[in-house]
Amino acid sequence: MAGRLQAKVPFGRYALAVLACLLAATGCKLEQFPQSTLDPKSDYAWAIQRLLDQQVFWVVVIFVLVLVAQLFILVKFRARPGAPEPKHIHGNTMLEIAWTIAPAIILTLVAVPTVVTIYKTQAPAPAGSLQVRAIGHQWWWEFQYPELGVTTASELYVPVGRTVSVAIETVDVMHSFWFPAMGGKRDAIPGRVNHMFFKPDSTGTYMGQCAELCGTSHANMRMKLVVNAPEEFDAWVERQKAAPVHPDSTSLAAQGKAIFSQGACIACHSISGVSAGVIGPNLTHVGSRSTIAGAIYENTPENLGHWLTDPPARKPGSLMPNQALTKDQVAALVAYLTSLK
Amino acid sequence: MATTAATVHAAAPSESGLWSWLTTVDHKRIGVLYGVTAFIFFLIGGIEALMIRIQLMRPDMNFVSPDVYNQLFTMHATTMIFLAVMPLSASFFNFLIPLMIGARDVAFPRLNAFSYWVFLFGAIFINLSFVLGGAPDAGWFGYSNLTSKQYSPGHGVDFWAIGLQILGIASLAAGFNFIVTIINLRAPGMKFMRMPVFVWMTLVTSFLIILAFPVITVALVFLTFDRTVGTNFFIPTAGADPLLWQHLFWLFGHPEVYILILPAMGIVSEVLPTFSRKPLFGYPVIVYSGIFIGFMGWGVWSHHMFSVGLGPLADSFFALSTMLIAIPTGVKIFNWLGTMWGGRLELKSAMLFAIGFIILFTMGGLSGFMHASPPADLQQTDTYFVVAHIHYVLFGGAIMGIFAGIYYWFPKMTGRMLDERLGKWHFWLQMIAMNLAFFPMHFVGLLGMPRRVYTYSANMGFNEMNFWSTVGALMIAPAILIFMWNVLSSVRNGKPAGNDPWGGATLEWAIPSPPPVYNFASVPEVKSLDPLWHPESREAALASNQMHGPIHMPPSSHWPLVSALGVAMLLSGILFGWYVGIPGLILMVVGIYCWAFEPCD
Amino acid sequence: MSGTAVAAHDSGHEAHPTSTGLNSRKMVFWAFIGSECMLFGSLIATYLVYRGRDKVGPHPHEILNIPFTSFSAFVLLMSSLTMVLALAAVQRGNKRGTQIWLAATALLGMVFVGGQCYEFTEFYLEGLKLQTNLFGATFYVLTGFHGTHVTVGVIWLWSLFILAGKGKLGPGQSLDVEICGLYWHFVDVVWIAIFTLIYLIQ
Repeated sequence: MAGRLQAKVPFGRYALAVLACLLAATGCKLEQFPQSTLDPKSDYAWAIQRLLDQQVFWVVVIFVLVLVAQLFILVKFRARPGAPEPKHIHGNTMLEIAWTIAPAIILTLVAVPTVVTIYKTQAPAPAGSLQVRAIGHQWWWEFQYPELGVTTASELYVPVGRTVSVAIETVDVMHSFWFPAMGGKRDAIPGRVNHMFFKPDSTGTYMGQCAELCGTSHANMRMKLVVNAPEEFDAWVERQKAAPVHPDSTSLAAQGKAIFSQGACIACHSISGVSAGVIGPNLTHVGSRSTIAGAIYENTPENLGHWLTDPPARKPGSLMPNQALTKDQVAALVAYLTSLK
Repeated sequence: MATTAATVHAAAPSESGLWSWLTTVDHKRIGVLYGVTAFIFFLIGGIEALMIRIQLMRPDMNFVSPDVYNQLFTMHATTMIFLAVMPLSASFFNFLIPLMIGARDVAFPRLNAFSYWVFLFGAIFINLSFVLGGAPDAGWFGYSNLTSKQYSPGHGVDFWAIGLQILGIASLAAGFNFIVTIINLRAPGMKFMRMPVFVWMTLVTSFLIILAFPVITVALVFLTFDRTVGTNFFIPTAGADPLLWQHLFWLFGHPEVYILILPAMGIVSEVLPTFSRKPLFGYPVIVYSGIFIGFMGWGVWSHHMFSVGLGPLADSFFALSTMLIAIPTGVKIFNWLGTMWGGRLELKSAMLFAIGFIILFTMGGLSGFMHASPPADLQQTDTYFVVAHIHYVLFGGAIMGIFAGIYYWFPKMTGRMLDERLGKWHFWLQMIAMNLAFFPMHFVGLLGMPRRVYTYSANMGFNEMNFWSTVGALMIAPAILIFMWNVLSSVRNGKPAGNDPWGGATLEWAIPSPPPVYNFASVPEVKSLDPLWHPESREAALASNQMHGPIHMPPSSHWPLVSALGVAMLLSGILFGWYVGIPGLILMVVGIYCWAFEPCD
Repeated sequence: MSGTAVAAHDSGHEAHPTSTGLNSRKMVFWAFIGSECMLFGSLIATYLVYRGRDKVGPHPHEILNIPFTSFSAFVLLMSSLTMVLALAAVQRGNKRGTQIWLAATALLGMVFVGGQCYEFTEFYLEGLKLQTNLFGATFYVLTGFHGTHVTVGVIWLWSLFILAGKGKLGPGQSLDVEICGLYWHFVDVVWIAIFTLIYLIQ
């Protein structure tokens, strides 16, 4: 039976892909959809995709059958002048039994692999997995690697081919951790720790996003997953573990550091050796990130400057207030923060 | 006692005027009140939807602010579910149930009026929030702890929590009333298995209402306590579990889904046989399927919660129970096709909407089957895929079914025919627009667009599909305008309908259109499932138009209105203060006492 | 017809036999009780789910006074008995008996509510407020809901008592008493569940 189902897989997948492309109307490349659920890149995402393929097959078959039957009825039995009064048939027991059993069989065909997949994907993560804590904040994600002593924000780095075990938490309201290319979402629930695991099967950068309404800037709580070759990942870890850069005492960055460490910044942000705030993202290596503000802006000096000037204007509801910084102060801070590679 | 009895002849002159509507206890008038009010809220909910779609038409739009956007989708869902679809169904219950079972009114006419007034005041109360500091913005599901005072400091959530409690009272009152009406007021010969399917579905829905609403009431009471006196029911730092809210909410919320769809299924089961000129295929199976769905609706709530991590055992259980519910649903669809098979289909507007219902609801059912499987659901939940699903079952299902019902029974309600040409324009435009609006949402969801986001980036590949969804949504508006024009012109100038314009099978077609205040001049006798389609039972049904002696109808009363105003003021006093609440309490107590001691015969 | 039930309706229907032979007002009350079961079920379930999750006291075992509450539970149970006697009296047309037993039921109910007020005050003085912890919130809201039900029942009973005094509560109106009795017994049964689950099984 498994073989028979396998043989049907391409059909469901084609049906989805064809329809998606028809709608996209801009040519047909999955890369155009960086957050697609239909482009699995991990064991977990593939397990879901195989289930979905089978479901799509049945869904399309059943819908086409119903639609064809309905259209046939419309053509064949439409009232015509002089047509006789229809016979009053009240039912047919054999038919009723048949169309109760037929869906039951189809449901069983889907239910069995469903339950198997549930147990497989919700088992404890295999030993030796890379441990990651994903912590939801209004409105950005914090990522901690407890074994490696690394803390970062909005961008999750993992090595290809090694299982990643994610502990999902929140410090405020509910959020939901979701990288579609890696598999299904899992909610971050106050007072609980949720778990999921996945093994990325190809390198690349994938988009993710909070999937549970969490307030004003729910739409702006995005994140990025960077899957690297193991040696590149190790190099990244080394860079993240390194102490932050000390700017030359005469440089603009040094002025920025002074503003940072004497201002309100330290109340919320950590920079290793400088400050220990835990409310906002850890900035020890903020210059190495490709995005800021919950992965909604590219990390360019210009964007960073805009952001520091008036955060709530750049991201509605942002808990980082407008500090009324002068242009010079902003420029100095930008120089400092971008230097923190 | 006879001195206070309102006989038919006494009631006749006082039939018009505002006061007669405010004090009416006539189920037909209450049905009209429900229908008109609900339709106005349907338009308000529709305008909210259009604003949502305009904001999403292009990436990074600034049509509304994120906070207003959150208010819009919260109020769109709250309005459509509680202020449009439920009361539109209630409108049909009110108008039709006594007619279909051969009764003069519902079991408790004044309770019926009370239900409508509480609904009206509750609906106004929730919408007042728009002008009193901001509407609810935490979603129609109001997940804690986003609804806590800390994370929702405004009053929007208070309006929502208290408003839903007020509306719950209205629904409960209606639920009790229709249970007793259907069980106890059937005409002689109307056995349970001779009741029209719409009556059956009303009965099942009423049971769901009276058992589900107390659960949400408790959750809302907790939330109100948290927000007003500072309890910790949903405060995680005090040890509370935010999942308690989700369990209570969905234990109500899933039966609520069937509360929304079963009446539409009942309507379609009445429309199809009439325009196929053929009795309903598999009547008992359709009835038992509806009852089975009603029962099973209590065992599937956690399929809304697969992403919270309930563990593999719970996930498997709720996946299987959810798939099980697909069977009776499928069986209903097959029986509807069986009804049309071999018939002589007259494609009037009502029939077109019923057929549209079957096709669209099948689609919605099938996408629902896809997220019955938890692993697949984890990719689909909280994305636009689910938005597509609910709109296929609620717009394609409930709303199409309700329009089928309006086209079918409008002649009975008003004595005038709706214009068929406009009806067909309405149908085709709505069918095309609705598919254009909602079909792409399946794909934009599978391609990764979450729900409840006020914006998206241009580089995500969501642009074209969102654009077309918005175009589709904007096209629904003219379809609804055509319908409104049709109703407004037909109510005055439509062709006179006569008693039975469609050749229907059920009792309501035996009496004049619009029905006299007493419905049946004499209590009809029911001799078959399709009383008007068999010569012998037809004669018995038509005999109900002959009057034998005077008829006593319940007199009108203003106490339901007073009590309802009191209840609404009392509860809104939680938010507005004692100077609203205390007068409300007094009004309520006075209203109920006068009501209870009012001579009513 | 004059009844105190909100659901009182035109006796036009009552005069005719109903489809099932059951009285409509009685039926709607049974439906109401079904609905109430879901209400108290949800409240009790919340109490049970939250039991033991508190981070600060007072905890139930430190504060619940089982002997005292056993007494008030007994009082409420006795009121069910007097309620039965009131119904029997009204059905026999015994006006004096009706009044005595209605008053007895109402007084026992008032003793119960009084006991609850005392209990709440004691707990409050011992530091358990609505806002203190989950126990406080779930306990007060659950028992408060029940106490409110008892209070409504007491008002209802006194209304019937006044009617009986005016001679408007004869055997023909025994249904009014019967429905009030249904409500009263239901409220009693709920208390047995609450007493068992909250006080006895800690």
